[in-house]
Amino acid sequence: MVQQSPVLVVVIPLIFAFLIFIFGWWRRGICYPITLTAISLSFLASLLTLNTVITTGTIHYRLGSWEPPWGIEYVVDHLNAFVLVIVSLVSLIAAISSKKSVEKELNEKTVFFYSIFLLQVTGFLGIVITGDMFNLYVFLEIASLAGYALIAIGEDGAPFASFNYLIFGTIGACFYLLGVGYLYITTGSLNMADLSQILPNLYHSKVVLVAFAFFLVGVSLKMALFPLHVWLPDAYTYAPSPVSSLLAPLMTKVGAYIMIRIMFFVFKPYFSIELIPATTILVWMAGGAILFGAIWALAQTDLKRMLAYILVSEVGYITLGIGLANKNGLTGAILHILNDSFMMLALFLVVGAIMYRTGKREITGLRYIHRKMPFTMAVFVVAALSVIGIPPTCGFFSKWYLILGAIDANYWVPAGILLLSSLLNVIIFFRVIENAYLEPDEGHTGGTSETHIAIEEAPLSMLIPILIAGAGIMLFGVLSGKIVSTIIQFAIPSFV
Amino acid sequence: MEIITSIRPLLAVLVTLVGALLIIFTGERNRNLREFWTILVSVLKFVIVISMVPFVLKGSVLEYTIISIAPGVSLQFRVDQFGLFFGVLASALWIVTSIYSIGYVRGLNEHAQTRYFFNFAICLSATMGIAFSANLLTLFIFYEILTVSTYPLVAHKETHDAIMGGRKYLAYTLTAGVVILFAIIFIYTLTGTLDFKPGGFLLGHGSPGTLTFLFAILILGFGVKAGLMPMHEWLPTAMIAPTPVSALLHAVAVVKAGVFGCLRVILYVFGPTLLHDLNLWIILAYFASFTVIVSGMYALAQDNLKRRLAFSTINNLAIIIMGAALLTPSSITGSIFHIGSHGFMKITLFFVAGAIYVKTHKENISELDGIGRQMPLTMGAFAICAMGVAGTPPICGFISKWYLAMGSLEAKEAFFLFVLLISALMDVAYFFPIIYSSFFKSPKDDTNLHFDEAPMRMVIPLVITAIISLILGIFPNAFFNFFNIASLAAEKILGGM
Repeated sequence: MVQQSPVLVVVIPLIFAFLIFIFGWWRRGICYPITLTAISLSFLASLLTLNTVITTGTIHYRLGSWEPPWGIEYVVDHLNAFVLVIVSLVSLIAAISSKKSVEKELNEKTVFFYSIFLLQVTGFLGIVITGDMFNLYVFLEIASLAGYALIAIGEDGAPFASFNYLIFGTIGACFYLLGVGYLYITTGSLNMADLSQILPNLYHSKVVLVAFAFFLVGVSLKMALFPLHVWLPDAYTYAPSPVSSLLAPLMTKVGAYIMIRIMFFVFKPYFSIELIPATTILVWMAGGAILFGAIWALAQTDLKRMLAYILVSEVGYITLGIGLANKNGLTGAILHILNDSFMMLALFLVVGAIMYRTGKREITGLRYIHRKMPFTMAVFVVAALSVIGIPPTCGFFSKWYLILGAIDANYWVPAGILLLSSLLNVIIFFRVIENAYLEPDEGHTGGTSETHIAIEEAPLSMLIPILIAGAGIMLFGVLSGKIVSTIIQFAIPSFV
Repeated sequence: MEIITSIRPLLAVLVTLVGALLIIFTGERNRNLREFWTILVSVLKFVIVISMVPFVLKGSVLEYTIISIAPGVSLQFRVDQFGLFFGVLASALWIVTSIYSIGYVRGLNEHAQTRYFFNFAICLSATMGIAFSANLLTLFIFYEILTVSTYPLVAHKETHDAIMGGRKYLAYTLTAGVVILFAIIFIYTLTGTLDFKPGGFLLGHGSPGTLTFLFAILILGFGVKAGLMPMHEWLPTAMIAPTPVSALLHAVAVVKAGVFGCLRVILYVFGPTLLHDLNLWIILAYFASFTVIVSGMYALAQDNLKRRLAFSTINNLAIIIMGAALLTPSSITGSIFHIGSHGFMKITLFFVAGAIYVKTHKENISELDGIGRQMPLTMGAFAICAMGVAGTPPICGFISKWYLAMGSLEAKEAFFLFVLLISALMDVAYFFPIIYSSFFKSPKDDTNLHFDEAPMRMVIPLVITAIISLILGIFPNAFFNFFNIASLAAEKILGGM
C-alpha cells in the first residue's frame, strides 16, 4: 500500500471522477460525499508519499513496471511531495466548501460539476507527480480542459472569459508540446531524469535553446505570469465561487512548480542561470508582475476581480524567487507556493461565502458585513495581513526569504519592489477593511444600539474550510522555520 | 552572566492573548464579565512580569526559545534589565488604564466596546513581546502586531477624521515597518545573527558607509513611532482616538515601543564603540535635539489639550533618544529612567484630559478656566505631573532630567545641557498657564464651581499615577528597584565597551 501510494494519489481521483458519473444518475446527493472521499484518500496517499520521501528519500515509481526511459516513471522528491500535499489539501478544503454554492447555483449540473472537479484535481496532481515530459503535457491538458469547462459554467460573461482562457491556454499548451517535441527530436527521450543526463552535451544546440524558450513561454502563459496574465482576471472573476477557490490557489502554483522543475532539474541550473539569461529575464518580469498586479488591484471595485489581480502579483513573488536562483530565493519561492495557496484559498473562500450570503461583491457594498459574518471577516483580515506581509502570518516569512535572496543576488531594485508591494497591499486591503468594519456615516453616541444586525454567518460547510484556511495561514507562519528545515531545504536544486 | 530558561516571558505575552480571546467571546452579552477578564489578565500579567525582577536584579537573564525561524534566528524571548524595565512599566500602567478605560467607555457610552478591549489586550500582548524580544526579528514581529492592533483603536470613533487619522497612522507606521524589515534583512546577510547584545554586535561587520546607511534607516524606521521630527505628523492626528488609547498607547506603549526600538538599535545592535568610531552619536544627538526644541514650540501653539500633550510627548521622546545618543553612563541611565518616569507622568496628564472630556465635554485649553474648582483632584494630579514633566523636584521627571543633564556634561557637550534647559522652560511655558487658569481664573461660562468630579473609576487611576510619579521622585527605587534596573542596564551596555 505504501509502495503504491504515488500512483494512488492520481488514480483515486481519476477513477472516482467516472464513478461519480455512474452513481450521480442514480442519486445526485451522493456526488458530494464521493468527491470528498476521493480527495481525502488522495490526500492521505500524498501524505504517505511525503512521509516516505522525508524518511527514505526520492521515490521512483514505474507505471506498469516498464523501465524508464521507455515507460512512464513517477519521481517524487521533496519538491513535488511537498507540492502534492499542498494541492491535495487545498483541493480537499475547496471541495468541502463547495457543497452549498453548488446546491444553490448549479443544482442540475451537480453530477457534471463534481466529475470535472475531480478531473481537475487529477490533472493538478498528475502534473506534479510525473517524471515524464509528455505525461506532464497530458495532465496539463486534463487540468486545463477541466478548467475551461468549470469556468464556463459561471455567471454571465463566464463563457466568454472561458473562451479567452481557452485560446491563451491552448497557445501555452502548444508551446509546451513543441518544446517536448524538440527535445524528443534531439535526445530521443521524454524522461526527465534521462533528459537531464543527455542534455548537457547539447546545451549549445539551437533546437534545445528554442525548446527551453518554448517551455518558459508556455508555462508562463499557464501560470499567468505578467504580461501573459490577461486571461486570468476575467476567468477567475466570472467562475463560480467553488471553482475559483480551487483554481486560483492551485493553477498558478502548479505552473510555478513546472517552471522550477524544468529550469533546475530537467535543465541544469548552470544552463538557466549562466548560459542564457533566463533567470534575469524572469526577475524583471516578476518585478513587473508584482507592481502592475498590485496597481491594477488598486483600481478594482469588484472584490473578486481585485483578488484576481492580487493573484497576478503573487505569481510575481514566486517567479521572482525562481528568477533569483539562489538558496534563499528558491526557499522563498517554494515556501510561497504553500503560503500563497492558503492565502488565495482563504480569500476566495471568503468572497464565495460573502456572495453566498449577500449576493454582493462590490467593495463598497460590504458595510456591516463584519457584524453579519464576524468569523469570515476575521479570516479575511488574517489573510489580508498575510498578503501584506505582517508577521506572524505566513506571508511575512516567504517575503523574508525572497528579500534575503534578492539582497544575496544583489538585486536591489526587485528587493525594493517587494517592499513597495507590501505598502500597495496595505492600501488595497485596508480599503476593503475600512469598508467592511468602519461605519463612518453614523454618529456613535448611543453605543448600546449595536445589536440591530444579527449574526448571519456562512453555513458551516463553508465556514469551517474558511477557518481552517485562516488557521493554516497563522500556523504555517509560526512553523515556517520547521517547514524549511525539514522539507524545503532538500527541495532546492543543489547548486549553492 | 547566568542564563535561566524560563517560560515566564512567554506567559507574560500569552496571558493577554488568551485574555483577548476571552474578551471577544464574552462580548456585549455580559459586560461585567468582559471587564473582569481585562482586569484579571492585566493583574496576572503584572504579577508574572514582577516575578522576573529578582532574577534580573541578580544579573541573570531569562530566556525562552519558541521556535527556530532561520539559521541563527529564532523566535526567542530574553529578559534583560532594559526589557524588564519596559515590561514592568507597560504592565503596571495597563492595570490603571484598564480601570480608567472602563470608566471612560461607560461614561461616554462608547460603541464597539468589545472591539476596543480586545484590541487593547492584543496591543499589550505585543508590547510585552517587544520588551522581551531577544533579537531584532522577534522585536519586529511584535512591533508589526502592535501597529496593526492599534489601528482599530485610532480609528475607533469611525468619524471621517478618525478614519483619516487611522489611515495616516497606518501609512506612517507600516512604511516604517517596511524600512525596518529591509534593514533587518540586510543586517542578517551581513552578520548571520540578529541577537541583541549589550554593547552591540555589528562591530567589525560591513563597511562604514553600509553601517551608516543601516543606522540611518533603522533610526528613521523606529523613529516614526517615536515621533522624531519630521516623521511625527501621525501622532497629533492620532489624538482623535479615545483618551485611554491616547494615554496608554500614544504616551506609553506605541511611542515607547518606538523609543525602545531606537534604544535597542543604538545600544544593543550598534553599540557605543561603533557609534563613536563612526561619529554617528553626535549626529543623532543633534537630530534629536532639533525635535526637542521644535516640538516644544509646536506645543506652545496648540489649544486642543490632547494635541498639546501629544507635542509634549514628542518632545520628551526626543529627549530620551538624545540621552541614549550621548552614550555616557548617566545619560543612558537617565534616558532609560525617563522612559518610565515620563510614562507615569504623561499617562496622568492624558487621564486628566479624558476625565475633563467625560465630565464636561471640553477639549480646548481656552475653555478650562476655573475647572480646578470643579475637579480639584483631577487638576491637582495634572499640576503635579505637569511640573514633573518640566523637571521640578521632587517629582520623578526631575531625576531623569538630572541624569540626562549630567550625561551631557560627561560627554563634554554642553550644547545638549542647554537644549534640556530650554525644553524645560518651554514645558513650563505651555503647562503652567493651564494650571494657572484652571485654578485661579474665574470661569467665563456656567462652569460648576462645586466639587463635581468625573466617575471614580477615572479619578482613582489618575490620582494613583500622580502619586507614583511623586513617590518615584523621592524614592526612585520605591517600586521593585525601578531605578536600579535602569542603571544596571546602562552599566551592562557600557561594560561591553
